[in-house]
Amino acid sequence: MVGAQEVTGAIADPGLTSLAWIVVLLPLVSFFLITFFGKRLPAGGAWIGIGAMALCLAISLGILLHFVQGGEASEASVSWFRIGPLEFELGQLVDGLTAVMLVVVTLVSLCVQVYSLGYMHGDARFTWFYAVLSLFTGAMLDVVVANNLFQLLVGWELMGISSYLLIGHWWEEKENSNAAIKAFITTRVGDVPFMFGIFVLTVAAGTSNIGRISEVAETGEASTLLITAGALLLFGGAIGKSAQVPLHVWLPDAMAGPTPVSALIHAATMVAAGVYLVGRMFTVFVHAGDVALDTVAIVASVTMLIAALLAMIQDDIKRVLAYSTVSQLAYMVAGLSLGEAGYTPGLFHLFTHAFFKALLFLAAGSVIHAAHTNNMSEMGGLRKMMPLTFVTFSIGSAALSGIPPLAGFWSKDEIISTAFREGNYFVWAIALVTAILTAFYMMRVVLLTFFGAYRGHGHPHESPPSMTGPLALLAGLSVVVGFLGAPQLNAVFADWVHFGEEAHAEPFSYGFAAVSIIGALLGLLVGYRLYRGWRERDPVRRLGPFYTLLERKYYLDDVYLKGIVRPLQYPIPRAVDWTNQRVLDGAVNAAAWATKKLSLGVDVVDKRAVDGAVNGVAFGAGATGGLLRYIQSGNVQRYAVFLFVGVAILAIAITRF
Amino acid sequence: MIRLPFLLFFSAVLFSAGIYGVLARRNAVLVLMSIELMLNAVNVNLVAFGSFLQDAALTGQVFALFVITVAAAEVGIGLAIVILIYRNRETINVDEVNLLRW
Repeated sequence: MVGAQEVTGAIADPGLTSLAWIVVLLPLVSFFLITFFGKRLPAGGAWIGIGAMALCLAISLGILLHFVQGGEASEASVSWFRIGPLEFELGQLVDGLTAVMLVVVTLVSLCVQVYSLGYMHGDARFTWFYAVLSLFTGAMLDVVVANNLFQLLVGWELMGISSYLLIGHWWEEKENSNAAIKAFITTRVGDVPFMFGIFVLTVAAGTSNIGRISEVAETGEASTLLITAGALLLFGGAIGKSAQVPLHVWLPDAMAGPTPVSALIHAATMVAAGVYLVGRMFTVFVHAGDVALDTVAIVASVTMLIAALLAMIQDDIKRVLAYSTVSQLAYMVAGLSLGEAGYTPGLFHLFTHAFFKALLFLAAGSVIHAAHTNNMSEMGGLRKMMPLTFVTFSIGSAALSGIPPLAGFWSKDEIISTAFREGNYFVWAIALVTAILTAFYMMRVVLLTFFGAYRGHGHPHESPPSMTGPLALLAGLSVVVGFLGAPQLNAVFADWVHFGEEAHAEPFSYGFAAVSIIGALLGLLVGYRLYRGWRERDPVRRLGPFYTLLERKYYLDDVYLKGIVRPLQYPIPRAVDWTNQRVLDGAVNAAAWATKKLSLGVDVVDKRAVDGAVNGVAFGAGATGGLLRYIQSGNVQRYAVFLFVGVAILAIAITRF
Repeated sequence: MIRLPFLLFFSAVLFSAGIYGVLARRNAVLVLMSIELMLNAVNVNLVAFGSFLQDAALTGQVFALFVITVAAAEVGIGLAIVILIYRNRETINVDEVNLLRW
C-alpha cells in the first residue's frame, strides 16, 4: 500500500494534484458502488455513474480554469513500493495537456452515460454496463494523470480489460464475443513492445517517472540508442491502442459493442490513450534518433490513407465511422510526428476530434436505435423522421470533413499546414488526399442515411431526450471548440498545450486554409454527385478489383487469420493437450503411484517399527513389572533384609570408594 | 575408663543381635524388642563417641536421650499396631501379615 506521505513534487500545489486524484478515484468508486449495489437502486445505479462523472467534469473544468488563468503545472506523488534501486510511485502530473484531456474524457463519458440511459434502456445487463463504463473512464483518467509509466500501464491495461467487457457486452452472439477477443488480443500484441519500452526507459532513467525520463532524454544522459529503442517500443503500444497499421484491425470489429461504447472508445478513451501517450512522452520521441519520428510518420501516413479508403466502401454506418477514427487518429499521430511544431496541432486534433467523433457515434447510435439496422442500404430519408439527429449528425460530419468554422477545420488545417511548413511533403500530400477522402465518405454517409426515400421496413422515430440531449450538447461544442485553436482568436489552446517553455502558435495562412477547404469541398462535391440519388449498385463498386481489395480489407484479416491465428490456434492447444495428457497427467499419476507405494512402505514401518516399539515398551514394562512384583512379597522381614543389605552395600561403597 | 574399641565391639554385637531378631523372629512383639536392641546399640555408640571426643556440649549424650525418647514413642505406636493386627487377624505372626503383597 501507499507508504510514507513523501511529496516529491517540484512545484507544490497540493490543491490541484489532489483534485486530480479525486477525478481518478470517483469513477473507480462508482464502479464498485454500481457493481455491488446497482441492482438494488432505481435505474440500475446508472445515476451513480452519471453523478460521479458530472462531479469529475466539474472538477476537471476547475483544473482547466487554473491553466486558463495561466497557472503552473504541478506534480505530486507518494512512494508506492520499491524493488532494489527502483522506486515506484503513485502520483499525478497535472499540466495543460492533462487538464484538457481530463475535460474531454469526463465530458464525453458524461454524454455517453446520459445517452446510454435511453440507448441501453431495458438491457439485461444494464447495471453491469454502467459499472464497466465507470471503470473504463476511470482507467483512462488514470492514464491521463499518471506521472510515471507504471501507473500509466495500470490504467492502460484496465482499459484493455474494460474495452473487452464492453465490446463483448452482447456476448450471446458469437460474433460479438469474437470481436471482443480480437480487440483484446490485438491491442495486447501492441502492449508487449509497450511494456518493453517502459522497461528500456526505466532502465535508462533509473525511474519510471515521466518527467525524469524526459529530462534524461533531453540532456542526453542515456544513450540515444536506448532512447530511440524506448520511443519505438512505446510507439508499438500506441499502434495497438490507437489502432494504427498494422494493428488497426480490431477497431472496426469493435463496432460489435453497443454504440455508446463505440463513442467512448473512439472519442475519449482507449484510442485516445495511444496518441496521448505519444504526446506525454513527446520529449523522448523528439530526442530519440530520427528513425523514431520517421517511423511514426510513415505508420501514420499509411494508416490515414488506407483507413480512409476503407471507410469509403463500408455499408455499415458504424464501420465508416470506425475507419474514419483510425484515419483521424493517424492524423494526430502524423501531426506529432512532425516534431516540436506538430505537438500542439496533433493534440489539438485529438481534442476537437473527441467532440465530433463522440457526436457522430452517438448520432449514428440514435439512427441505429430507430432503424434497427447498421446498414445504410436499409436506411435513407431519415432526415424527416429524425430531424434533431439529422442536424447534429450533419454538424459532426461537416466538422470531420473540415468545413470552416467547425472544430475539425481548425485542427486539420493546422496539421496540414504544419506538415508543409516543416517540409514534410510526404505527410502533407497524404494528409490532403485523406482530407478529400474524408469529406467524400462523410458526404456519402449523410446522403445514404438521411436523404432519398426510406428503404427499411420499420417506422423510425426520433430518439428520447436522454439521447438527443447529449447530441445537442456535443453538436454545440463541435461548432465552438475549434475556435480555441483559431490563430485569429489568439489560439488559446496552444497556451495550455505546448511543447517546451514557450507556446509558439503557428501563423495562420489563408493560402493553406484555402487548399484544405478546397480539398474538403472537392470531396463533398464528388460525394454529392455520386450519391445524390439512391442506386442499387453502390458507385464505389466501379473501382473494380480495387473495390474487392478494399472489401477484403487489404486481406489483412485473412493474413492474420490464416497466417497467424490458425497456425497457432490448433497446434498450440494440441501441444498443450499433449503436455497435459502426457507430461502433467503423467507427473500427477506418477506422484499418486509413488505416494501409494510410499504409503505401503510407511504402513509396514508403522505396523512393525512404530507399533512394535510402542508394544515392545509396553511388553517390556509388563515383563519387568512381572519380575519385580515377586519382590513385593508383603513379608516385612524380607523387606527388612533388602533394607539392611542395601545399607550394608552403601556402607561398603561409601567407605571403600 | 573403658577403651573405645570395646564399646564399639559391644555395640556391634548388640546391633547384630537386633538385626537377627528383626529378620528371624516371627513374633511381632519380639521384632519390636529387637528394634529396641538396635536402637540401644546406636545409643551406646553415641555415648561412647561423645565421651571419647570429650565434647563439651555433650552432643552424643543428648542425642542418645533423644533416641530413647523417640524409641519409647515408637514402641508405643508399634505395640498399638500389633494389638490392632491381633484383633483383626487373630495372630501376631509377621509371616501371616502380608496385606501389602502384590
